[in-house]
Amino acid sequence: MHRDSERHKLFSRRALMLGAGQGVLMSALVGRMYYLQVIEAERYKTLADENRINFRLLAPPRGPIVDRVGAAMADNQQNYRVVIVPEQAGDVERTLSLLSLIVPLSAGERRRILREVKRKRAFVPITVRENLDWSDVARIEVNTPDLPGVLIDVGQSRHYTFGPETAHVLGYVAAVSEKELTGDPLLELPGFRIGKAGVERVYDMALRGAGGSSQVEVNALGRVIRELDRQEGQPGAEVRLTVDLQLQRFVMDRLGDESAAAVVVDVNTGEVLSLVSTPSFDPNDFNTGLSQAEWESLVSNPKSPLTNKAISGQYAPGSTFKMAVALAGLEKGVITSDTHVFCNGKIKLGNSTFHCWKHGGHGSVDLQASLEQSCDVFFYEVARRTGIERIAAMARRLGFGTPLGLDLPGEKSGLVPSNKWKKKAIGTSWQLGETLISGIGQGYILTTPLQLAIMTARLANGGRAVIPRMTKDVVTEDEVTPYPPTQYESLGLIPEHLALVLGGMERVVNSPTGTAFRSRIKEDTQRMAGKTGTVQVRRITKAERETRVLKNSELPWKERDHAIFVGFAPLDKPRFAVSVVVEHGGGGSSTAAPIARDILEEVQRLVPLIPNTSDREA
Amino acid sequence: MLQSDGSMFQSKMSIGQKLLHLHWLFVVLLVLTACIGFAMLYSAAGGNFDPWASRQMVRFGIGLFAMIVVALTDIRLWLRYAYAFYFIMLVMLVAVEVAGFVGMGAQRWISLGIFNVQPSEFMKAALVIALARYFHGGSIEDVGRVTYLFPPILMVAAPAVLILRQPDLGTTLMIGLASLAMFFAAGVRMWKFVVLGVLGLISAPVAWFTLLRDYQKQRILTFINPESDTLGSGYHIIQSKIALGSGGLFGKGFMLGTQSHLNFLPEKQTDFIFTMLAEELGLVGGLVLISLYVLLLAYGLAISLSSRNHFGRLVGIGVTVTFFLYIFINIAMVMGLIPVVGVPLPLVSYGGTAMLTILFGFGLLLCVHIHRDVTIGRRDGGDEM
Repeated sequence: MHRDSERHKLFSRRALMLGAGQGVLMSALVGRMYYLQVIEAERYKTLADENRINFRLLAPPRGPIVDRVGAAMADNQQNYRVVIVPEQAGDVERTLSLLSLIVPLSAGERRRILREVKRKRAFVPITVRENLDWSDVARIEVNTPDLPGVLIDVGQSRHYTFGPETAHVLGYVAAVSEKELTGDPLLELPGFRIGKAGVERVYDMALRGAGGSSQVEVNALGRVIRELDRQEGQPGAEVRLTVDLQLQRFVMDRLGDESAAAVVVDVNTGEVLSLVSTPSFDPNDFNTGLSQAEWESLVSNPKSPLTNKAISGQYAPGSTFKMAVALAGLEKGVITSDTHVFCNGKIKLGNSTFHCWKHGGHGSVDLQASLEQSCDVFFYEVARRTGIERIAAMARRLGFGTPLGLDLPGEKSGLVPSNKWKKKAIGTSWQLGETLISGIGQGYILTTPLQLAIMTARLANGGRAVIPRMTKDVVTEDEVTPYPPTQYESLGLIPEHLALVLGGMERVVNSPTGTAFRSRIKEDTQRMAGKTGTVQVRRITKAERETRVLKNSELPWKERDHAIFVGFAPLDKPRFAVSVVVEHGGGGSSTAAPIARDILEEVQRLVPLIPNTSDREA
Repeated sequence: MLQSDGSMFQSKMSIGQKLLHLHWLFVVLLVLTACIGFAMLYSAAGGNFDPWASRQMVRFGIGLFAMIVVALTDIRLWLRYAYAFYFIMLVMLVAVEVAGFVGMGAQRWISLGIFNVQPSEFMKAALVIALARYFHGGSIEDVGRVTYLFPPILMVAAPAVLILRQPDLGTTLMIGLASLAMFFAAGVRMWKFVVLGVLGLISAPVAWFTLLRDYQKQRILTFINPESDTLGSGYHIIQSKIALGSGGLFGKGFMLGTQSHLNFLPEKQTDFIFTMLAEELGLVGGLVLISLYVLLLAYGLAISLSSRNHFGRLVGIGVTVTFFLYIFINIAMVMGLIPVVGVPLPLVSYGGTAMLTILFGFGLLLCVHIHRDVTIGRRDGGDEM
């Protein structure tokens, strides 16, 4: 027991020390309370009752978007707006009534403001009206004492230097909807905009940057007395596109009023130099807010200006698909360079007749001649010998049937039909006649203008699986780093086959009997090759065929053929591929080919002049 | 021989006698403290028993009953099953760790069908009992040996690491500090604490880069410079100080706190309830609550000193120190003295698990009090497991 009593003594000593320590710490708490509540009480009372520390988020400036040479495509402009801070306004409805004497507010606007007041934190300013002119700003400033909680805010609004020309590439920004709130306080800022389409949407996080904060002392009226602290945010990153703004504007202008799309890509790197869809819209209007009438006219326009036809429009490729069919046939060995087919204008299969576009026929033609003159009968025959599965496989290799992974939202996959697909989608098995129709790129098959450009690039670059992209750099939320040089994988095409097809494409444009001879480029170092396509969108009845097939100009717009052209240049060392689709534009050779020629001339004039870091000798 | 007398005396005590021996003054003090809590929760809800005050009352009632049941149990029972209790809690902590992988993020709860328990909370009590038992069996010479200290260090380290991984820095800190106090009370030599202190200073930078999560680092940085994070926890501390300071000597009046009711205060019903109390009832109100706490702590210390068995003394000091840590960490945090750590104000903050842990601890303390005259030999119950 002696031992225990010693242990007890030690314990008691130590326990009392612990008790004393607790006493000291508790006294420290009391001391701190005394300091805060007695010595500093007045200061905190002032802060609490009259002056409040107000924390304001500072919106980071949205990153600019520039073209491949650094020309501004999207930047920010100053914008004056009037906001109301509920916590300082007290009676928000009364304050709004007073404010509407200066800035008239509709009942709808008031409802929106009151709804936001309920939803957001009391110290978050809520936008009443944006884009104020100077006289409104001045009148509000003068009346500030009567308008508690009403402030003028200088914000930045997004500006697109060439609105309609770049709308389908850049997309646009707009106010954050309630569904998009994630709890990030930045999104609750009045006037904050996020990317809703295009590059603005894909790279929104990088463009957005990180918010800063400003700690300000404000009086009971809400007037800022002084700024106590300021943390600058991180401005949004600059995103550099592969697009050439001058080329983009040229293409836009060249397509004019047509409902059309054109895509220009670098055949080696996959850089998209231009991506145009017409008609377009002005994204600047989306930022300031569209009127109901403006919105309805955009939505109801039959030429659908809001759709980016270059990646979302799906068209039968028509004769531009013949390269794929030819390669499939050559690979299977069912045709060679010497294979001749006699075209008398039509081919019979069972009870059906399949017509060539040329009424009297082309006579005896080989592969290159059939490409040059776009003989349909030759390709009906090739398709019949090759079979749909082989054709479909080749089409997929060339980039059809799946989205190509372009960094723009809304890319469509198109459609490469096969027996399996038809059974699943339609429920009946594949017919041989459908193989023939597919041989000339009609029927079920659908492609996007982007896919057509990429197919052309893959042929022109010697059969490498190039993938398109919009930016010069790899852009993530945290960093922007230049794309490393990429060597795209080979598609495994046999060089002789490819040379044969490319030769055919050369003849399309450069041979006097080619379908696009009138659209050739005469400058020797810039010559182009290509393929025309004319896609029938209506059914020609037997009766009509027996009398006279109507010309496009005699048909209503919606029933006219789609005009397509794909091409590349220069011939000796291909660098640029282009696809042009003009909806209901008539013939590929008469409408699409001249446009493609002008574009290829322009791109060769513009782009090689520009120092380009990622250009390597191919 | 005394020890058998003690046991004889003890085993003769009926439930009625034990109830008579209950430290009723202590019970009254803690009920008073809890009542302050109910009042503040009533105010936090803008003058409503719903949703907080009423539920808190029910929980307190249940907890109080459980506390008395624990107080009436034989203290030797706790000694005997100390390690078993500890291991069960340890297993549950591991279970949370495993379930936490399956679930998402920081999972501290384990579901037992009808109710959820947070093993890390009960671990606080289990560790106090287990350490008390260990040191109960050691002589002064034993405690002086370094090797003798390895098992209890392991006993502390295992749950501490598991809880830190959850991650719950506040609870880890509390377990660590309470255990340190018990080592100290058990008679571990003073120089060892000095060495530990020095080692701690050296290893702090290491812990900074390896153990602490980003948000925990952020909190410490925010504490050093609250203005660096004016929208996050720095904002909370600034607002808390404004609310508290503006309360002044007598406060703005019950239910009249402007800052708390204007929602400048985060979590006013849980971690920041002391701020609200100080804003509405002023320095005077704050001092009343602190005085009640000091009285409870003083009685806790007295109970622990008066016990004639070492196990009881150690349990008493462990419970008292843990209770103190809750109070100190919470109040120091809301006044901006230490970084923001999620520790509730005991008996006052809204929340079930912490309340249950504290009342269970008080049950043990009262049990120590009832059995203060029982003497238990060093070896008693020590070798049975």
